[in-house]
Amino acid sequence: MIAKALGTMLTGIALAAIAAAPAVAQQKASVKVGFVTFLSGPASGPFGVPARIAAEAIVESLNAGKAPAPYQIKGIGGLPIELVVIDEAGGATKQVSEYRTLVQRQDVDIVIGYIGSGDCLAIAPVAEELKKLTVLLDCGTPRVFEEGSYKYLFRTRPHATMDAVAATMYLLDNRPAVKRIAGINQNYAYGQDSWNDFEATIQVMKPGVDIVTSQMPKFGAGQYGSEISALHSANADVVHSSLWGGDLEAFMLQAQPRDLFKKSVLVLVAGEPYLHRLPGKIPDGTIVGARGTNGVFAPDSPLKRWLVETYKGKSGGVDPNYPAYSTAQAFLGVKAAWERAAAKKVGSAIPMGAAKNVKEEMEKAYQPPTQEEVIAAFEKSTFDTPSGKVHMTLGKGHQAVTGTAYGTTRLENGVVKVGNIKYYDADRVTPPEGVSSLDWIRSGFKR
Amino acid sequence: MKLDRTSFAILAMGAILLIAGPALPSWMVSMLNVSLCYGTVVLGMMLLMRNGIVSFGHGLYFCLGAYAAGLLDQMLKMPDMLLMVGAAVVVTGVVSAILGLLLAKYRDIFFAMLSLAFSMILYGLLVKTASLGSTDGFNVAAKTVAGFAVAPESQRLMVYSLAVVFATVSAFFLHSYLASHQGRLAGAIKDNELRVEYMGASVMRAVHRNYVISAVLAGIGGALMAVNIGHIDPEMTYWPQSGEFVFVAILSGTGSVFAPLGGALVFEAIRSFAYEYSPNTWQMVLGITMLLVMIFLPGGLWSLFTRKREG
Repeated sequence: MIAKALGTMLTGIALAAIAAAPAVAQQKASVKVGFVTFLSGPASGPFGVPARIAAEAIVESLNAGKAPAPYQIKGIGGLPIELVVIDEAGGATKQVSEYRTLVQRQDVDIVIGYIGSGDCLAIAPVAEELKKLTVLLDCGTPRVFEEGSYKYLFRTRPHATMDAVAATMYLLDNRPAVKRIAGINQNYAYGQDSWNDFEATIQVMKPGVDIVTSQMPKFGAGQYGSEISALHSANADVVHSSLWGGDLEAFMLQAQPRDLFKKSVLVLVAGEPYLHRLPGKIPDGTIVGARGTNGVFAPDSPLKRWLVETYKGKSGGVDPNYPAYSTAQAFLGVKAAWERAAAKKVGSAIPMGAAKNVKEEMEKAYQPPTQEEVIAAFEKSTFDTPSGKVHMTLGKGHQAVTGTAYGTTRLENGVVKVGNIKYYDADRVTPPEGVSSLDWIRSGFKR
Repeated sequence: MKLDRTSFAILAMGAILLIAGPALPSWMVSMLNVSLCYGTVVLGMMLLMRNGIVSFGHGLYFCLGAYAAGLLDQMLKMPDMLLMVGAAVVVTGVVSAILGLLLAKYRDIFFAMLSLAFSMILYGLLVKTASLGSTDGFNVAAKTVAGFAVAPESQRLMVYSLAVVFATVSAFFLHSYLASHQGRLAGAIKDNELRVEYMGASVMRAVHRNYVISAVLAGIGGALMAVNIGHIDPEMTYWPQSGEFVFVAILSGTGSVFAPLGGALVFEAIRSFAYEYSPNTWQMVLGITMLLVMIFLPGGLWSLFTRKREG
């Protein structure tokens, strides 16, 4: 009986292996992109699903050749993009298994994705092991390229340190008299990092400032009564918060009737994705950022108008938020690198005047670039995106830096508007190569 | 010792999986590897379920085993696969021996909740420990086996082979334990604890022993998983992870030590293909599978094989 069961099991394995074996390699007809984002769980609403909508809209538009210059070539390098979307929910263990599945069973050419910092850290060494071009989408932790060095891994959005640095600069520019600082952040890696960066920055920039309280409710707490009381009695000038999603909405709903924000200015480092959901609940004068020059902070350009238009076509009229801009950065970064690599190949092919093998050489030059060639063109590159120029300068040319911006909200006719926008160059808010974020802040922002 | 048929089949399975390893496509090796790690944990769950006890907190030992392995690499700079598994056995053995003194007195929902509470205490501690990466966790890389360096290109196969060996040895040991005098007490405890006491055996001691064995199995599974995935985080002791072990244990059934290993593979395969073919509703696919198994196969997937024999 057991031998039979064993036999059944092994036959099953063998059959599945045959069924799933990839088809014999053929002429490349498309670029298969594995796209990983939260489709379920708390991060799906504010981040995951906007990223998926953006990916689908962008791929459709690129495949139709409708994107503005310099991205008017169809798909990627003329090849249509085939999108495979999978869910990021389930934790790092499952994500590593699914990453292997994407690369080894589904045979994708490129993986773009990951919003959770833990997932990004876990995927990094696996991408390197499987030698697959992988672009991290939206995670913020600086640890990825500060703790490791990678060949196949890229991140086309800046890391989260600049959020804290720019927030502090904006705060001190607009309210130089602040004395008492408080914070409310979720007790998990992103919330802790966010607060630690902010606390360190403000202590360097304005020594003698009082850190009156740091509230660390657990992730997904939902009830903030005691935290709001603590913030109230702390009499802070400023409340710093990196809350997001349902937690942020719940906190705002509970803090508003208790007049917390009559006393204290609220700084929401990642407040931008919620502006359309919080009119009436977000007090005038709240300082908000979008983790880069995304969304309302993106300077007007044909690329920005293109993203807003294609995104709205898929989202039922809702404006793209910063995860959508991150998605555009990842796709356009890959496309730019691929097409540069292809152009270089043609450019360096043997001239028409050569005596022999002209046809073969030219055919070879017009083949899609190899992964290695794309990576070489991607490293240290600069490309245009809806949020402005992205420079791949950190992490040996694998980690992007961009400028960022902060602004102040006010309610106008039931719509949250952001005014008094100030821009900060990448050099002012990002550590230089080879220096960890916290060391850089503590050194007094040495370059 | 005379081998019975099941023991022989376990060893045969181990040998076949070892030999087949290099020939299988790499995604399948990964899937088998994850299932073997899970399967080893669920072996322990099965042992507890034979006592009529369900633990909703076995993530505690899964996570402790993984962190024991990870810290060996991170703090002591000893990235050796065998040492990592050894460390996991020691840590989970000691912790479960202590917690077991309390837990062995409880049954049913009280045992389930208390075990859940302990696993969530560890979760809370790890989340507050910024030096270990809080919820982001940290990466684990095993570079040697028993002191011998492993070439990077054969690393995956080595990790897989190690999982095969440990899962086989665990299943073999558990099978002979279940067949022994001590092991057979489990069924008796489930049926009627009072009678067991009257027969002169200590229920408390038997439950405690089984709890420690199941914890050590979870620890081995955790260490193997840490080496296999290359990253650990507190999610390993969060309640959904423990719930998943219960899920796989119920899906598999408790009929044989093959059930948890096979059940873990079925679970992994369904989950993986559901991620691929229905990315928006993969949770529902798993839920429906569970419902169907509970309605039509209350004894778990393993009852498919036993029914045939009876018929």
